[in-house]
Amino acid sequence: MKPKSRVVRKAKEAGFVIIFLAGIGVALGVLGVLLASLIVTAAPYLTPTLITNYANYQDPTRAGYAAAIAGTLWILSLTLIFSLPLGIGAAIYLEEYSHGGRISRILQAGVSNLAGVPSVVFGLLGLLVFVRGLHLGAVVLAGALTLTILVFPYVVITAREAIRAVPQSIRDAALAMGATKWQAIRRQVLPAAAPGLLTASILAAARTIGETAPLIVIGAVVLQTFLPYGPDSPFVALPVQIYAYIDLPGPEWQGVSAAGMIVLLLILFAFNAVAIVGRNRMQRMRW
Amino acid sequence: MLRSLVKRAAPKAVVPEPEVLQVPPPLTLVDVEDPAIESRNLSVWYARKHAIREVNLKIQRKGITAIIGPSGCGKSTYLRAINRMNDTIRNCRTTGQLLVESEDVYGPNVDPVLLRRKVGLIFQKPNPFPKTVYRNVAFGIQLHYRATKEELDRVVEAALRQANLWDEVKDRLDDSALGLSGGQQQRLCIARALAIHPEMLLMDEPCSALDPVATAKIEDLMFELKKVMTIVIVTHNMQQAARIADHTAFLYLGKLVEYNVTRELFERPTQELTENYITGRFG
Amino acid sequence: MGGANADGTGAPLASLEAKWVWQPGETLVRTLLFIAAAFAIIATFAIVFALLLDTVIFFGRVSPLDFYTGTKWSPVIDGLYGVLPLIAGTLLIAGGAVVIGIPLGLSAAIFLREYAPARVREILKPVLEVLAGIPSIVFGFFALLLVSPTLKAWFGADYFNATNAIIVIGIMVIPIVSSLSEDALTAVPTDLRDGAFALGATRFEAMGRVVIPAAFSGIMASFLLAFSRAVGETMVVLIAAGENVNLTFDVLGPMSTLAGDIARKATGDLPVGSDLYRSLFAVGFTLFVITLLINLTSDILRHRFREAYD
Repeated sequence: MKPKSRVVRKAKEAGFVIIFLAGIGVALGVLGVLLASLIVTAAPYLTPTLITNYANYQDPTRAGYAAAIAGTLWILSLTLIFSLPLGIGAAIYLEEYSHGGRISRILQAGVSNLAGVPSVVFGLLGLLVFVRGLHLGAVVLAGALTLTILVFPYVVITAREAIRAVPQSIRDAALAMGATKWQAIRRQVLPAAAPGLLTASILAAARTIGETAPLIVIGAVVLQTFLPYGPDSPFVALPVQIYAYIDLPGPEWQGVSAAGMIVLLLILFAFNAVAIVGRNRMQRMRW
Repeated sequence: MLRSLVKRAAPKAVVPEPEVLQVPPPLTLVDVEDPAIESRNLSVWYARKHAIREVNLKIQRKGITAIIGPSGCGKSTYLRAINRMNDTIRNCRTTGQLLVESEDVYGPNVDPVLLRRKVGLIFQKPNPFPKTVYRNVAFGIQLHYRATKEELDRVVEAALRQANLWDEVKDRLDDSALGLSGGQQQRLCIARALAIHPEMLLMDEPCSALDPVATAKIEDLMFELKKVMTIVIVTHNMQQAARIADHTAFLYLGKLVEYNVTRELFERPTQELTENYITGRFG
Repeated sequence: MGGANADGTGAPLASLEAKWVWQPGETLVRTLLFIAAAFAIIATFAIVFALLLDTVIFFGRVSPLDFYTGTKWSPVIDGLYGVLPLIAGTLLIAGGAVVIGIPLGLSAAIFLREYAPARVREILKPVLEVLAGIPSIVFGFFALLLVSPTLKAWFGADYFNATNAIIVIGIMVIPIVSSLSEDALTAVPTDLRDGAFALGATRFEAMGRVVIPAAFSGIMASFLLAFSRAVGETMVVLIAAGENVNLTFDVLGPMSTLAGDIARKATGDLPVGSDLYRSLFAVGFTLFVITLLINLTSDILRHRFREAYD
């Protein structure tokens, strides 16, 4: 048998490390270039009127996102109101009550299958069931219900992680003192999991804000010159409005859409910042 | 986005630091000439914890040397320092000298990869790879050598025979190693280590996860192996040390307390600490 | 009734007993939570129902054979409902995307797990998660603004072409592969890695010959999930890949996908009850089945290759 050259082995290692770096390198590079080009393109259009003007397809300097931002906030609020209790409740059941039998495996499969469904399909579901079937029309409520179903599995998965991270000793201690299962959960486990649940909720919110395709399919309008007046109001959402501007030819319209994306990213960034700060504060309060 | 935040939000337990007691200066009552392994003022730190404190020890060539002591006294750390396995742990610092065949393995030009070919390590919990029996044994060979199929077959069989495992697995070479019993898995790990012809074998509590029958088989194996190689075994089982080791060292809180021929150490311990440990007053 | 107290009197501890025996609250809570957990199943059935309803009616008017073997998707102009161009486009774009995204994602995971010092990892992981959180329209914009002109200059591609989507979707799936593969690598017990080191393996050898094979099922699951995500991606395709009614394999030209076309048709005129309207559901059903098959394959393969230490 011939011994392998140590030098060759070392060289192989070095070579592959460089390849491994490529993965990270590409991700970082793209992120950097993306943000830079976004900012450069959007720069001339980042004025306050961007937020206060309504949509305008003739004059790029007068184009804005007012209705779109309001629509997004409306839909976001309703979606969170529906999906968070539902998703966290499901997570509690799956983590605390189910015992790994046949039924719980089916439930879990249901969640993970739902998570894998493409977003347009939720749009079709919403179109058939909420817009046409329940005769809601293409309104805020329909959009919120559709996005609720879409974001539900995501809430379940992240909330489960948060609940699972709570040490078992906390549950045992509560039960040993005579608490019922629900009392133990409500008074000990959930408060302990609260920072993680908060983070999970904010992640769900971030996910919702960026969804475009389902809202397009449902029928978000793109020329709306008023703010949504309620759950029964027609609506446009920020990403949908951005898409409408992208379709228009010419660099000025690219600038308008880029500006909209900056607004969108800033909102997302704000949410994530709140997630970090909120989690830190809750942890400091507790321990 | 930022899913890692969810995991990091969980509450963490706080573990208090253990206290440090007084340990008498070490007493080495046996003189080892021409040691295979020698540590000079060897110290190992894990972050701020001083796990091994200036240990001076000479380990004889060929034969079995045992290191005993209560949990957490640093025996495994000392063992792992010999083949530089502690390098794989972050925040681990080593000072002093550790000579293997008179060469300091912590010196500037030493390649830990080649060192580990010369000095094998058997772990406390058997850790066969999730591969076939054959490929487990062949793994080390294929790392360091280019071999034909016939050569490989020969070395694998030789190693399994040397580990007293061949008869039990010769018809199961292509089955998963994880299907073997605990004792067989540990002997497989020994075969795997022997396949690359090490000069020394380090064993970190190799029998603590095994039943008495399996333990006996491994101790028999060690009696055979010690005729041709240097073996250092860490054990918390004093009867085992008394059974198989030629020399025994007693470590406490990272310091060497007493080192002697095994029989002398157990029958006439010189330090009070040693006597307390051996008679079971603590540990 | 009549529990004994410590001092020997026989006064019943009625309040204690009542709580212990009768807990409608507990059952109610458990039922409600169960319904919440079952919501996913309910929703899945709703989706299947919603899609099937119009699909079945549609197949009453357009034969499924024509639908699945026809090579021209031109419902508006020609009344032709051959869905093969969409299926081919979907698989081509998604396939190309994972060819880019999987190696890069796995490389990133290996680098993060084995070679990156802790502090570097603390910075890089959130960066990858930021990449994961960027909405797909932004990537669509990136495709149109930066990728498309480059492809046009280097390869003479059309403004709207499939490669725009392939490259950008490939980048979008990097965080998915990286994050899940890294989890899989981390789940491999350290004794296996230590065992390899003790035999004199380099980090690369330990990773490649022991850790990665041991994490195989999780890594593979990440690949399939990335593929599933690429198949379902809509906005990037809608914005940057153009539209093509014909079956084509020319990646430098426009190409339609199942998801992209649903969104595209939905923004146009959709008279309720028309064949065009119903065809959307048939396309959606096809897309749903494809992603379902991918996810089921992933589950089955995961189960088959489950590592013995799991």
